[in-house]
Amino acid sequence: MSVNPDLVGRDFPPTPPYLVGREKVREFARAVFATDAQHIDPAAAQALGYADVVAPPTFAMVVQDIALQQLLAQPDSGIALERTVHAEQRFRYTRPIVAGDELVAQLKVTGIRPFGKGAMVTSEAEISDVAGTHVVTATSVLLIGGEE
Amino acid sequence: MTPSTSSGTDLEVGAVVAERTVHLTRESLVRYAGASGDFNPIHYRDDVATRVGLPGVLAHGMLTMGLAAETIVEWLGDAGRILEYGVRFTRPVVVDADNGADVTVVAKVGAIEEDAVRVDLTVTFAGTTVLGKAQVRVRA
Repeated sequence: MSVNPDLVGRDFPPTPPYLVGREKVREFARAVFATDAQHIDPAAAQALGYADVVAPPTFAMVVQDIALQQLLAQPDSGIALERTVHAEQRFRYTRPIVAGDELVAQLKVTGIRPFGKGAMVTSEAEISDVAGTHVVTATSVLLIGGEE
Repeated sequence: MTPSTSSGTDLEVGAVVAERTVHLTRESLVRYAGASGDFNPIHYRDDVATRVGLPGVLAHGMLTMGLAAETIVEWLGDAGRILEYGVRFTRPVVVDADNGADVTVVAKVGAIEEDAVRVDLTVTFAGTTVLGKAQVRVRA
């Protein structure tokens, strides 16, 4: 099965709210070798004007991933995880993610184009707080290999 | 107006604003898997990596992307100045079970706009670039 072109424009429900925990931010910071105090020490983050520790920029992927799981879960997607390669990733921020945020991601498949035997699938997850205010848009390009 | 660093000095295109080398081990990959939720076994199992035709266990692309951006956060002073960040994953970082892998990040001023600065990241492993077009746009 090849990638289903009808995924473009399909409606996905918003993901359930993801509550960003302080210890999760610290754990992620440690994992990406982020040693700056704003990621670890609430007082340092507050000195910069934030309510709590500031997540490293790529933490948005954790929330985006919940939305991408919706795509992989579509029975007719034609996307098999073992043939999927992450080709490109972009983030566009209105503000950084901070511990205490409750975030919702809305997924949209924006483009599918043939690539060799497979396809390049571009998707956008618009991540907002529960009040609906934009926080970050995460864009992924996935290369889905064709079947042998 | 010339954008300035958080310390107030003027910038020039081509100036190195930050650099570092991060030593990755298999433990780093397992830690990132846990922190991010990405448990694809190609990032910690040699047998699976070999079976799917990879040269070895690979670092998560998002780990490389994440550690690359963090290189400039101390210089920025405030990670909230980052407006946009994008990369292409061009080559894998193979993390040897015994020797790990050294990933080197050099961050240079790529362009100066009216109210933003583009910082270009050169990310290398074993002498080759592993991220393409790795650019961070930051608020001036």
